[in-house]
Amino acid sequence: MKLFLKYLKILLKSQLQYRTSFILLCLGQFFVPFSLFAGIYFMFQRFDNISGWSFYEVMLCFSIIHIVFSISECFVRGFDNFSALIRTGNFDRILVRPRGTIIQVLGSKFEFTRIGRLLQGIIVMIWALFNVSIRWCPLKLIVFLLMIISGIFIFSGIFILTATLCFWTIQGLEIANVLTDGGREMGQYPLGIYKKWVKNFFTYIIPFGCVNYYPLMYLLDKNTSNNLLYMISPIVGILFIVPCLIVWNIGVKHYKSTGS
Amino acid sequence: MKSYLSVFKLRLINGMQYRIAAIAGIATQFFFGFIFIMVFEAFFNSNTSSQPISYNQTVTYIWLEQSFLVFIMLWYRDIELFDLITSGNIAYELVRPIKIYGLWFSKLLAGRLSGALLRSFPILFIAFILPEPYKMSLPPDILTFILFCVSLILGLLVVVSITMFIYISVFVTLSPTGSMLLFGVLGEFLAGIIIPIPFMPEWIKRIVYILPFHVTCDMPFRIYSGHIPQNEAIVGILTQILWLGVLVILGRFCMKKVLKKVIVQGG
Repeated sequence: MKLFLKYLKILLKSQLQYRTSFILLCLGQFFVPFSLFAGIYFMFQRFDNISGWSFYEVMLCFSIIHIVFSISECFVRGFDNFSALIRTGNFDRILVRPRGTIIQVLGSKFEFTRIGRLLQGIIVMIWALFNVSIRWCPLKLIVFLLMIISGIFIFSGIFILTATLCFWTIQGLEIANVLTDGGREMGQYPLGIYKKWVKNFFTYIIPFGCVNYYPLMYLLDKNTSNNLLYMISPIVGILFIVPCLIVWNIGVKHYKSTGS
Repeated sequence: MKSYLSVFKLRLINGMQYRIAAIAGIATQFFFGFIFIMVFEAFFNSNTSSQPISYNQTVTYIWLEQSFLVFIMLWYRDIELFDLITSGNIAYELVRPIKIYGLWFSKLLAGRLSGALLRSFPILFIAFILPEPYKMSLPPDILTFILFCVSLILGLLVVVSITMFIYISVFVTLSPTGSMLLFGVLGEFLAGIIIPIPFMPEWIKRIVYILPFHVTCDMPFRIYSGHIPQNEAIVGILTQILWLGVLVILGRFCMKKVLKKVIVQGG
């Protein structure tokens, strides 16, 4: 943990060297989800609900997925450049150091400009929370916090998983975008509006539904059956990281240097 | 003209090499296509009020958007060109006996065309044989189809002339990230890529129709589905030609301006 904070400090300092560029990029990042937000806003001016979900309820889905995506992108970016680490042979250096591989790859890059994106998500979330009727209680608050944590773990897991693929393919794969960008795009709306195969895939294989849809059903009192299952769903999302880490370790053992 | 053509051909063949990448791209596009269609389907199913564009037209719009994504996205980047500017190798480009605006224009055009040739036909083919709620429909008649083709090609030329400004701006800023992000976000929204333009409220439409972005993809796609009738389509095609002329003349002018001030960064 101490090492992680140290990495954080060094990289933040280095990125702040180019101050104007940093601020401009933050601003730009703010506007990326803003256009998506505007799109949904205009759709709701034409249609008043989507499968029984109102605009502000959809906005909760939207803001949570964008918040967790921006946080994960900020901290787990190191895995995104992982194919370069392998190709150049720099991963060999990491292996001989007396620290875990995960923390070192994690620390190789942070993308602090994502703070613009995060800010946009938080503003939308607060706005939406003021406009939906949730009967808050301590338990609901815990579930709400768990949703955010769960989302960060799922995206991190996917980043690790796609990086692990590089052990075998050397190059990164474009198809991984379906899970990261696709997951984010899909998660903007409640999972319930999609067809069964999409719903099943994002519940049982990649548990994106645990980030916002299922717990929100509980928070908004939308479900009629077993409450407990909906409450603990974010925890299932957090557990998604376990198989990802196992696969990662298999990958590290399998690793043969490219020799460059 | 001949030299532009050979640059164009070279790039086209070069771009066709990446077949595996294209297959991965097709799969990704299908995923996104399905997700978008399901969202619109859910919207249409939960509301009965009549809409400015029908569900079937929206589905066709989305499949056209997915298959011609390489034609229309503004953030399409030719990394080589950026490198030329920032590394100083631009000096070699400048000593060539060929106008740089035309050279880059044909490079960018070919890059987009080769990307689309590999991707668009498979996507369109599958979209036509999909089961009902997702099936793409044919244009109402042959004349509409011809108008669509003309306006799609003109739209492509307009996109390239817009992106030329991104490359020109790199001469000033030396970093493509900022202008790419700005052009990308704003331009794509105004082009109708986030949501089709008919769904937008009236006041935004008024702004959208003044700017050139909507003639790049929104117009050809709506001509195809018959949402824009034939007589309006012809007027639309004329506006496209007008915009193309204005943007190219303005682009060449700006290019000349920045090239006068260009400082070759060592190397």
